[in-house]
Amino acid sequence: MRPFAYSRAPDVQAAIAHAGAGAEFIAGGTDMLQLLQEDLRSPATLIDINGLSLTGIGTDGDALQIGALTRLSEVAAHPDIRNRFPVVSEALEATASAQVRNMATVGGNLLQRTRCLYFRDATMPCNKRQPGSGCPAQDGCNELNAILGGSADCIAVHPSDLAVALVALDARLVIAGPAGERRIAIADLHRLPGDAPHIETVLDPGELITAVRLPMAMADRKSAYVKVRHRASFEWAIASCAVTLSLSGQTVQDSRIVAGGVATRPWRLPQVEAALAGQRLDAPTIRAAAETAAEGAAPRPGNAWKVPLQQRTVARAISTAAGVP
Amino acid sequence: MRSAIGQPISRVDGPAKVRGQARYAGEFQPHGLVHAVLVTSTIVQGRIIAIDDSEALRVPGVMAVISHLNAPRLPWHIPEQRPVVDPKAGEPLHLFQGPEVHFNGQPVALVIAGTLEGATEAAARVQVSYAPANGVTMFDEASARPPHPDTASAGRPGTTSRGDADAALAQAAVRIDATYRQPREHHNAIEPHVTIAAWDGDHLTLYDKTQWVDNDRQEVAHALGISESQIRVISPFVGGAFGSALRTWPHVIAAAIAAREVRRPVRLELTRRQLYSGIGFRPRTEQRIALGADRDGRLQAVVHEATAQTARYEEYAETTVNTTTKAYACRNVRTAYRLADMNINSPCPMRAPGTVTGIFALETAMDELAVALNMDPLELRLRNFADHDQHQQHPWSSNELQACYRAAAEKFGWHRRPQQPGTLRHDGKQVGYGMAMTMYPANREAASASVSVFANGTALIRSAASDMGPGTYTSMTQVAAECLGLPVDKIGFELGDTDLPVAPVHGGSITMASVGNAVMAACRSVESRLIDLARAPGSGPFAGVKLADLVCRDGAVMRASGAVGEAVPYGELLRRCGLSKLDSESHAEPGEEEEQFSSSAFGAVFAEVHVDAGLGTIRVPRLVGAYDIGRVVNPKIARSQCIGGMVGGIGMALLEAAEWDARFGRVMNSNLAEYLVPVCADVGELDVTFVASDDRNFNPLGVKGVAEIAICGVAPAIGNAIYNATGRRLRDLPFTPARLLAG
Ligand SMILES: Cc1cc2nc3c(=O)[nH]c(=O)nc-3n(C[C@H](O)[C@H](O)[C@H](O)COP(=O)(O)OP(=O)(O)OC[C@H]3O[C@@H](n4cnc5c(N)ncnc54)[C@H](O)[C@@H]3O)c2cc1C
Repeated sequence: MRPFAYSRAPDVQAAIAHAGAGAEFIAGGTDMLQLLQEDLRSPATLIDINGLSLTGIGTDGDALQIGALTRLSEVAAHPDIRNRFPVVSEALEATASAQVRNMATVGGNLLQRTRCLYFRDATMPCNKRQPGSGCPAQDGCNELNAILGGSADCIAVHPSDLAVALVALDARLVIAGPAGERRIAIADLHRLPGDAPHIETVLDPGELITAVRLPMAMADRKSAYVKVRHRASFEWAIASCAVTLSLSGQTVQDSRIVAGGVATRPWRLPQVEAALAGQRLDAPTIRAAAETAAEGAAPRPGNAWKVPLQQRTVARAISTAAGVP
Repeated sequence: MRSAIGQPISRVDGPAKVRGQARYAGEFQPHGLVHAVLVTSTIVQGRIIAIDDSEALRVPGVMAVISHLNAPRLPWHIPEQRPVVDPKAGEPLHLFQGPEVHFNGQPVALVIAGTLEGATEAAARVQVSYAPANGVTMFDEASARPPHPDTASAGRPGTTSRGDADAALAQAAVRIDATYRQPREHHNAIEPHVTIAAWDGDHLTLYDKTQWVDNDRQEVAHALGISESQIRVISPFVGGAFGSALRTWPHVIAAAIAAREVRRPVRLELTRRQLYSGIGFRPRTEQRIALGADRDGRLQAVVHEATAQTARYEEYAETTVNTTTKAYACRNVRTAYRLADMNINSPCPMRAPGTVTGIFALETAMDELAVALNMDPLELRLRNFADHDQHQQHPWSSNELQACYRAAAEKFGWHRRPQQPGTLRHDGKQVGYGMAMTMYPANREAASASVSVFANGTALIRSAASDMGPGTYTSMTQVAAECLGLPVDKIGFELGDTDLPVAPVHGGSITMASVGNAVMAACRSVESRLIDLARAPGSGPFAGVKLADLVCRDGAVMRASGAVGEAVPYGELLRRCGLSKLDSESHAEPGEEEEQFSSSAFGAVFAEVHVDAGLGTIRVPRLVGAYDIGRVVNPKIARSQCIGGMVGGIGMALLEAAEWDARFGRVMNSNLAEYLVPVCADVGELDVTFVASDDRNFNPLGVKGVAEIAICGVAPAIGNAIYNATGRRLRDLPFTPARLLAG
């Protein structure tokens, strides 16, 4: 850990004004402190954004809006989330531990850094940390690394559970920055690593996530979040899947199916959605659709086992959402 | 008066721990304390060619950067009689004595600063350049070798044999032969290793996380070339150790050096990542077991070969195959133990070292044999019960293993076990039942204790023992309360200080049998002094009464007949004699019984598992264990030991593994987010029974020790249950979704 300056931003404008050039935000700090302590980040200044009034959950026009600084525990427990967007509560209740959820914020969760073992060990080369230094995960301890969306420079998994659920709800982000406010789809937030894995999102330096918006049009869908992990609790996903379905009887009108824990960013599965469209949901249909879930996967020998796991996780999530045994 | 031994009292140190009043090594605050942080190597083998500390020295508050370039040359004698906790061949790391690097993560420099933050930052700014050389980072069974003769003669022989196991195996009607793997595992105690070193002239005080203060003193004295009388080691509480604090690690000596250099007390704490290379770990071990039996399941041949990794600079070895020589009745048994030298830090004991590893393989193999015989696995074990130790050819000092089998099977409901794998389902999960035998050698070492009885009616017992969590404070208090006939709350117990009477290592489950008997002996000796006092001509209340007519009972001196004359409580006796206290010290050690008997704790563990066949996840809703641990001094804390061991066993079975990158010679998941240990949600119902047992053949207290046995047998019971649930035999730990799904 290196010394840094600490400042508390009184409002969004001040936070943005001070950000960029060696300054980074700290919200709940549950990831940032790890990054600092392990010497993975050494910002000159930490801008504490906890004083900003970006908390709370409420209806705003055609969406349910969640302030970016709302704690995960509060989001998970909120009646409107539980009743109308239960996939979010399920993803959050499977996130970290109760103690971490009491500190961690929605914005921080989406921007937490990967758990790739090489990224997390400052003595190791890592293209994310030190562009051009290499990616030892390609031929190293990669049992849990990405099978989808990777490149020769990076196969790090995006670890957020919440982001996976939010993509399945077509959520939008409200972003404040030096150039004003903009809105993007959550699905567009994270970039593929390509040859620049150190650039993880489309956020410009100094931009702040201020809110997440869940479209009311996506409320009340049948849904499920299935998370596979070694431990029964307190572990990032080794595979997960969020499903939201719009059904007419048992026939699929629309679906959003998103995989987590297996890809370099939340991984939407349009081919599975297409295979389900207009179909009556029964076990064989689900199985057949889920078989396509790992299309395009490029596993390493160490993580090839995740290919069948992903297919099964997707099948399980669809069946659970649809109530098909 | 009610007997104190056998009462389920709560730990006597509990209130202090809950209130934050229990002081752990790292919490002492000697005046002027400064902080030290280690810089560790990033190559596996080679030499340091330069250390640039100029940037580090510019960090405000930095006092010194110590490395082989400027550290004092130390004598670093090896004690003539090596401490039991040290390897018998090779030499421990001599920190900062030369440029050689033996493994990735080796301490190469130490930064001392006024604050921890300053030392941490400066440590990151020390630039070390290396001339790397090729090291051995691949575990290669083929290149393994037998242990050094000194290792072999310390109970880790390269081979043992009775009968002709290989010939008998070839002729056996039913055979199994398989390989079992266990990865490198780490203790991960919550309390990190930390040492505070403070010099006063040429006298050194160490506050250290240690399971053996006397060893710390001895090893530091030898390394620094000073006399043991110049050193005091203080360690009143240990926040979990599991064997990691048995030895005196190099950083302890580094702290002492640093404090001498900067003339200030120095606090050196290892970071969580440094705990993966700065102390030891359970070595990766591969084992082959071959069993041959007749059609009735009687063992005809047992072959057990194990290969473990060890460091190139020092030869740590385990008793991995030893259990197999005595676990079952069999005429033909052959074992082999080999070591694969690698550029790694030295492994060290971790709860039930060797034994838990060997039992994992043996008890999985027994299950495989039961399948091959189409026999109930419990029945197979009963048929091969060893009614004496066939290796040493001694009777057991006690053995209630069959009672353990019965008690645990009954409580578990073993009769409901599905005969056919993969046939029982619950809630969409495959359900399986499995079991394993467990045993752990009962040992005892010489120990001393002192007793002071005070005029206010209280007593204080002292011994340089340790309490890393199992409840030494509590159990020794109970022994003293029972012996002195005083209530538990009138007894104090002090440990963890080299100024106290000598105690053996707090490891190998020997503390109860060793220190417990010393406490008992010390109580007996103070009682005889109390009787002398009571009979003293003139001053004594029983002046003139014959020695044989007086006894100590219920905290008082009284006539043996009980009838005539009053009983004089100890406090009153002292007051009447004008004394404020009366002291006595005594010693207890094993005797001839060691040559006459084999002593062991025994147990049986039963597991239920639920497997999600689709996703490969495995959960353990239920473990049932029954144990023969001799006399149970405190059933509550003994149960705590057992459930702790069971949880450790769940971790070993399902979660724990160091992720090793051979290219860098480094553990990649060296933190508690990625090195998985069980969380509460992984722990279901844990049911512990102690069968009636009292081993006076082994020692006067009748105890055998409980700690290590409880982790043994859990992993194979779970693995055997997975087989019963799925029909899949997993032989490599941990049993993960990756392994279950991989074909
Ligand atoms: C032991 C442990 C287990 C965990 N398990 C899981 C798990 O199972 N699933 C899971 O999804 N997560 C898990 N997490 C991660 C946890 O959810 C995140 O650390 C947390 O959500 C981050 O939120 P925070 O508010 O603490 O962010 P911080 O640590 O404060 O910040 C994280 C990053 O986000 C940036 N940031 C924060 N807020 C904003 C904002 N509003 N706008 C722009 N940038 C911002 C910061 O600059 C920083 O780069 C786990 C964490 C721990 C410690």
